[in-house]
Amino acid sequence: MNSQENAIEVKNLVKKFNEITAVNDISFTVSRGEIFAFLGPNGAGKSTTIKMLTTLLAPTSGCVLVNGFNPVTEQTKVRKSFGIVFQDPSLDDELTAYENMNYHGILYSVPRQLRQERIQGLLQMFELWDRRNHLVKTYSGGMKRRLEIARGLLHHPSILFLDEPTVGLDPQTRNLIWEYIKEMSKEENVTVFFTTHYMDEAARVAERVAIIDNGRIMAQGSSDQLKEQTKTESLEDAFLAITGTAIREEEASPYSRMRLIARRRG
Amino acid sequence: MNALYVLWIRQLKRYMRSRSRIIGALGQPLMFLIALGYGFGAIFQRAGAGNYIYFLVPGVISQTILFTSVFSGSEIIWDRQFGFLKETLVAPVSRFYIMLGRTLGGATVATAQGLIVLLLSHIVGYRMENYLMLPLAIAFMFIIALMFTALGIAIASRLTDFQGFQLIINFLVMPLFFLSGALFPLSNLPKSLTIITRIDPLSYGVDAMRGTLNNASHLGLGLDMLVTGTLTLAFLAGGSYLFAKIEI
Ligand SMILES: Nc1ncnc2c1ncn2[C@@H]1O[C@H](COP(=O)(O)OP(=O)(O)O)[C@@H](O)[C@H]1O
Ligand SMILES: [Mg+2]
Repeated sequence: MNSQENAIEVKNLVKKFNEITAVNDISFTVSRGEIFAFLGPNGAGKSTTIKMLTTLLAPTSGCVLVNGFNPVTEQTKVRKSFGIVFQDPSLDDELTAYENMNYHGILYSVPRQLRQERIQGLLQMFELWDRRNHLVKTYSGGMKRRLEIARGLLHHPSILFLDEPTVGLDPQTRNLIWEYIKEMSKEENVTVFFTTHYMDEAARVAERVAIIDNGRIMAQGSSDQLKEQTKTESLEDAFLAITGTAIREEEASPYSRMRLIARRRG
Repeated sequence: MNALYVLWIRQLKRYMRSRSRIIGALGQPLMFLIALGYGFGAIFQRAGAGNYIYFLVPGVISQTILFTSVFSGSEIIWDRQFGFLKETLVAPVSRFYIMLGRTLGGATVATAQGLIVLLLSHIVGYRMENYLMLPLAIAFMFIIALMFTALGIAIASRLTDFQGFQLIINFLVMPLFFLSGALFPLSNLPKSLTIITRIDPLSYGVDAMRGTLNNASHLGLGLDMLVTGTLTLAFLAGGSYLFAKIEI
């Protein structure tokens, strides 16, 4: 493995939760500066893979290098290499939007001047600036999601993980986010690893795609290569050809179900 | 340093913004002081043990610090459920500093809470024996607060739901409090109870409070310092070990 060229290297990675094998012997690499999409139905193992890459979960077996470091034995070095937008909420509801941003910036040692500039720029871009001094618990679901993404973009890491970042956002906001990320990736050679259920996003933004189902990588390559392999016209059709059309329920804990209901009511 | 600051200030802000927590945490000790202080005062005096309110104030301050600290430590359960824990677990600093920042924040809040109770107790007529001892009393408050915040973090690191918090309160905090001598004197106890009170770390905290506030230590401030200091370091070490192993 050549860690100088590759931002992420994964070899024979496995994660088992008791009897469930969430990630089943996957291997792939992501080059520096590349935008890479990790696609798969609900429960395919995408978030579990991201958790192992980002030091939140120890693999059952296999070999992982992130920015050349091992997430199990060199946790702090790995954590210094990446930024992440989680699939699930991760804001502090009892703080204001500005505080959430500012503390994140301090935690990641973004110098004061640059921190203030970027916070203002990002909050303005996501139309949260006027509400910056309100507690996050007064925000709507869409506003919280925008703030999560704004916070993820505050410190420019060498690798950026985005786990279904644009769920529930309108097309205008989604476009805005991807334009920003593409530009950041190009100008600062940031590697981007993202998951999404919007195939048009993946086709438009990602230079390379891997399709994962039931914990296994079923195909990887550029969007065009996948279309060619499956003799289909769009990435969406290629995705369906590879993963089938059965609907997957995301398994939710009783608590997260409860919270979902609360959010719908709120 | 950055991480310490962020996690510390966050605890403080959350505390200041949660009025119900402030009122609850102050209401309970005041209730103890007034109900027990006046309720048992006469019996206590007749038994020749002096003024019960004077006796009770250091115990109630210790109780406040215990409850507030363990609660702050247990906030990890909330942060896990509401998701913010992840943000701190991937932060680009050693998790030891994250844990330490949280502990310092929780301990600062608990110490402030203890000081407020001390202040309020003056309304019911309490006076310190010697106000020059105040800095030492505050130092002890802070050590007790660190000890139990770290203990709360250590335990909460292994718990994933709110039921776990109920367990902590019922099977840890309540016994620690009732067996500490916060409400009764440590002298002339049955042998078995003496042994139990000597095992309870809070006993040494209560005794240190009594020593510094009332000049009436039973065990000696030196021993109190040794035991609470050692346990604080042990709980910090254990807490940061368990915190570093959290998986999501
Ligand atoms: N902590 C866990 N304990 C048990 N099973 C889990 C846990 N996390 C994920 N899983 C299971 O692993 C599989 C993959 O989940 P996940 O990686 O979240 O999928 P995706 O992000 O692709 O939707 C699912 O079957 C899920 O239920
Ligand atoms: Mg997922």
